[in-house]
Amino acid sequence: MKSYAVESTGNNYIRLRKKLTQSFCFMLFRISALINGLALAVIVYFILANGWKAINWTFLTQPPMDSMTKGGIFPCIIGTLFLCIGAMVVAFPIGVFSGIYINEYAKPGRILRIIRLGISNLAGVPSVVFGLFGLAFFVIYLKMGVSILAGALTLGAMSLPVIIGSTEEALKAVPDTYREASLGLGATKLQTIFRVVVPAAMPGILTGGILGISRAAGETAPIMFTAAVFSSPKLPESVFDEIMALPYHIYVLATAGTEIETTRPLQYGTALVLIAMVLGMNLTAIILRSRLRKKMRQI
Amino acid sequence: MEQEYKITSKNLDFYYGSVKALQSISLNFQLHQATALIGPSGCGKSTFLRCLNRMNDLIPGIRVEGEICMDGENIYKPSVDVVRLRSRIGMVFQKPNPFPKTIFENVAYGLKVNGVKDKNLIAERVEKSLRSGALWDEVKDRLHDSALSLSGGQQQRLCIARALAVEPEVLLMDEPCSALDPIATQKIEELIHELKDKYTIIIVTHNMQQAARVSDVTAFFYMGKLIEAGETDTMFTRPRLKTTEDYITGRFG
Ligand SMILES: Nc1ncnc2c1ncn2[C@@H]1O[C@H](COP(=O)(O)OP(=O)(O)OP(=O)(O)O)[C@@H](O)[C@H]1O
Ligand SMILES: [Mg+2]
Repeated sequence: MKSYAVESTGNNYIRLRKKLTQSFCFMLFRISALINGLALAVIVYFILANGWKAINWTFLTQPPMDSMTKGGIFPCIIGTLFLCIGAMVVAFPIGVFSGIYINEYAKPGRILRIIRLGISNLAGVPSVVFGLFGLAFFVIYLKMGVSILAGALTLGAMSLPVIIGSTEEALKAVPDTYREASLGLGATKLQTIFRVVVPAAMPGILTGGILGISRAAGETAPIMFTAAVFSSPKLPESVFDEIMALPYHIYVLATAGTEIETTRPLQYGTALVLIAMVLGMNLTAIILRSRLRKKMRQI
Repeated sequence: MEQEYKITSKNLDFYYGSVKALQSISLNFQLHQATALIGPSGCGKSTFLRCLNRMNDLIPGIRVEGEICMDGENIYKPSVDVVRLRSRIGMVFQKPNPFPKTIFENVAYGLKVNGVKDKNLIAERVEKSLRSGALWDEVKDRLHDSALSLSGGQQQRLCIARALAVEPEVLLMDEPCSALDPIATQKIEELIHELKDKYTIIIVTHNMQQAARVSDVTAFFYMGKLIEAGETDTMFTRPRLKTTEDYITGRFG
């Protein structure tokens, strides 16, 4: 009865306008989201279509030959893999501990504000500046030379803000009631953090870590002065060796030399491998997160 | 009659920043008795309860004046070990808050963080605590399932068992039944009755019948002040003050 009354007093024209406005806005949102997905689809399709033909067993397992017009990209795959692992080893603990400090220990105030400002600025620093910093500090000042170590440290520094940010987010999502319950049982703050808070935040922390590294994996600028070389006759034997890497290889093939046109397929092939690696890492992160979440609910 | 007080609060003032939430609270808690804290929402019951195990310390910008003594010793003295203090005072919260761990791990947690390593002892204590929490029979076959798979009432009894496992001397309960159905509530009330023999219990409740059923002493708070406290029977039949009577009989406002 009541709803009928409301309906009959409502103005049809106003209702129609409201409905149209609503549909229009939803349409806009939908189109925006669609453009997003479309962009990814176009990029992937473009690279797949162009790079597919270049992919074969030789391409994946052999070094470049005939001044890079033939052969494969095996050393580059290894190089990028090493750089990612190195960056992860460097940045993950530092980033996670910083996140824990900022979210769990630091008292709100001036120092915390300065630290936060530092981190958000770090996130905004262009990657080429990281590259120059790595060159000046790790390569020259700390005498590491152009090496996996210097490159991993540079990439690590670059992914720190992402890792810190996602650690903070994950810790914030842990309800305070867990902390109170733990402290109420006579646990110290440290015990509370490592036995309750961090395990509960682990899915988020890990995902953020992997996403941070995978973002760094595709960067060219930070490694071009610190780790990557045009071409290397052998695979690296220690962290002080220089290496080839996928993004830099694409850059080299596409800009240097006289064979730019003939190596086009190789460029797309390399890009395809790089994209597959990055998407693979992201996928791993997502699967890992949902696995951990499920496990947390079950145990 | 000589009375033995477990906890005494004297002229306690409490501030959240510049807002005074408690005003000169003086209230004593007798050993092996249950005290109910009642009063309208926002009157400071939880704040007071959380002063007793210094849980408010976690909130930035708070200030405490006056004193709270446990066994005659001021718990706000700088030399007091807060971690140790909290292991002597168990707390059960309004919403059940088991850790995302197994049932067993939840109960064992307090023991482990307090340095108990002996596996047999831990297993023994877990069983004993779950029995005291009136939960053992329901979970004995699924100790290694997630605590989150339990029902709300079971979770709350698990939280009680978890608190009991560290063998505290005092048990603080902040509206422990507010999220539970009548049957689970009854179970917990029976539990409180049994626990009184061993622990000193302080319970916040909005339910007058519950206060009347489980407590020996009732304290009525209003706007940050302690209005009246006394034997529960007296409080509910012949309160001294009109405000108290109005609140208890539901004629408040
Ligand atoms: N963390 C806080 N920061 C600032 N003020 C607070 C905080 N917690 C509580 N207060 C204020 O202190 C007063 C007492 O709150 P408290 O939670 O102790 O009330 P309560 O009696 O437990 O109420 P309820 O029955 O609703 O749980 C309220 O006015 C509340 O707004
Ligand atoms: Mg409350």
